[in-house]
Amino acid sequence: MIQRLALGIGAGGALIVLPFLVSSVWQNLLITTLYFAFLGQAWNILGGYAGQLSLGHAAFFAIGAYTSVVLHTHLGISPWLGMFAGALLAALVSQAIGYLGFRFGLRGFYFILLTLAAAEILRLIALHLPLLGGYTGLFINFTPNPWQFQFKGKVSYYFVALGFLVVASAVVWLIERSKFGAYLVAIREDEDAAEALGVDTFRYKMLAYAVSAALTALGGTFYAYYQFYLQPNTILNIHHSVDIMIRPIVGGSGTILGPILGSFLLELLGEFSRTVFAAGAAGLYVVIYGILLILVVLFLPHGVYPTLLAWLRRAAGGHA
Amino acid sequence: MTLYLQAIVNGFLLGGVYSLMAVGLSLIFGVMRVINFAHGDMMVWGMYLSFWLFTSLGVDPYLSILVTGTAMFLLGAAVQRGLVNRILAAPHEMQILLMMGVALVLENVALMTWGPDPRRVNVSYGLTTFWLGPIVFDVPRLVTFGMALLLAMLLYLFLNRTDLGRMIRAASDNQIGALLVGTDILKVFTLAFGVGAACVGAVGSLMTPLLPFTPSSGILFTVASFNIVIIGGMGNLLGAFVGGLLVGVSESLGAVLLVPSLKEIVTFVLLVFILLFRPQGLLGGRR
Repeated sequence: MIQRLALGIGAGGALIVLPFLVSSVWQNLLITTLYFAFLGQAWNILGGYAGQLSLGHAAFFAIGAYTSVVLHTHLGISPWLGMFAGALLAALVSQAIGYLGFRFGLRGFYFILLTLAAAEILRLIALHLPLLGGYTGLFINFTPNPWQFQFKGKVSYYFVALGFLVVASAVVWLIERSKFGAYLVAIREDEDAAEALGVDTFRYKMLAYAVSAALTALGGTFYAYYQFYLQPNTILNIHHSVDIMIRPIVGGSGTILGPILGSFLLELLGEFSRTVFAAGAAGLYVVIYGILLILVVLFLPHGVYPTLLAWLRRAAGGHA
Repeated sequence: MTLYLQAIVNGFLLGGVYSLMAVGLSLIFGVMRVINFAHGDMMVWGMYLSFWLFTSLGVDPYLSILVTGTAMFLLGAAVQRGLVNRILAAPHEMQILLMMGVALVLENVALMTWGPDPRRVNVSYGLTTFWLGPIVFDVPRLVTFGMALLLAMLLYLFLNRTDLGRMIRAASDNQIGALLVGTDILKVFTLAFGVGAACVGAVGSLMTPLLPFTPSSGILFTVASFNIVIIGGMGNLLGAFVGGLLVGVSESLGAVLLVPSLKEIVTFVLLVFILLFRPQGLLGGRR
């Protein structure tokens, strides 16, 4: 227990000091890492704990981003408030998709495709909505005012991202400890058995979906005011949904540390292949990244965190 | 009216290749329960191989299906044997991740080899057409449709009339039962993935006279295959075939009725309706 506490304090301290020690390139990488860890944590609630793999979380991300930007530019509402409107809207949309899918007990592949289709429909709609800028996208004017979610310098963004991640992790921690979390795990492990034991699987899957979508939408607002540019083909495409889902899977889905470890690992691997192989032919570094991804699956088929735990247990002589 | 009829004909003919593409995916899923996220990328590789054979050796794309089919068979079998077979016991999402990795590698090796510019195979008969009443038929579309139909029938015969084909179907219907009667299940997996990939590789060749393509086209074909398979009924090969024709026609009509850039939305809406009212797919039985 003391060991774990010390480890936690050490990691927390490192995360607070880190942005002041590194160059702005690494600050960017760290922000991306934290923010994808946050999105992964949000995905984790539905995909990891409840075992309902979503390949359409880019939809909620985009809903969050667009809602807060539209409310801000047209009505002058601060993104700090607008992001909750986005989260609410995303949760509502998730309930529509979830109703479609879960009412018929769509599982596995079917649910994956339903979420993907929903995201694609939204992408096509967004491309044809003048309000959202269509193919050109939306540009956001930069006015350095923290009350408008716009900051000078990277360090502020770093701490906002860190704050987001801490909140999402706390939500996951609370879920993990609650009956709700136990129900989700039961649904993941054996949905029919859970149902037979009287767990209202439909209701809890819907709830998990709503929480997951709402958190993901908050991440969208962060992105909008970090990048200052939104385009449906970059934020609403399948690749983005994949980016959101692979980190928790690599790290170990259904664990609280999985999305965080996965995000750090993949960001490092990505950066490694980018810097080392960027001089090669176009596409080479993505090939290397793909190969690394395959190797991770082959050698850590249960994710980084569970494998790490197993190693530690073995090192401690079978007891933890 | 003629416009719509024309759209229906064009969509139907294109739907034939969609069908074969989806049959390949459905076969792989039916046997291994693995979603081939690299499906479209394997197709794009079929396209580039055809393109290369055509530009360097002058081989007609309709002939090069022999090469692309074989090459993709080997690739698919290698992926199954070297990668998927190793992680059969891992969580479901790991298989997805693995296939996404394979898709990334295939797409970007194509990018390294052929560059990002759209390619096209300009066959001499590429613009040949004939009229049948008020409707124009373009010859490559018709030949492509005929070839896709022929290959689908050959696949049907293979699955129903040969021992290997029966083994694949047995493994798809009841894996434990197949094991009990002494089927070498890992061999069947390798074979099934190979056959599914060969289908989509051949589809790549058949598509080249009709469509320009880039390395990043793969994901679109992958998603299209997913939709068709769900619409037709997962793991049901006839369903995948009917679904392909339906999607071909509805996209083609969508391009006429809405704006062309919105044509895919018709398929997605169709998909949502299927999931709402007939989640097992048009021809799917009980799941």
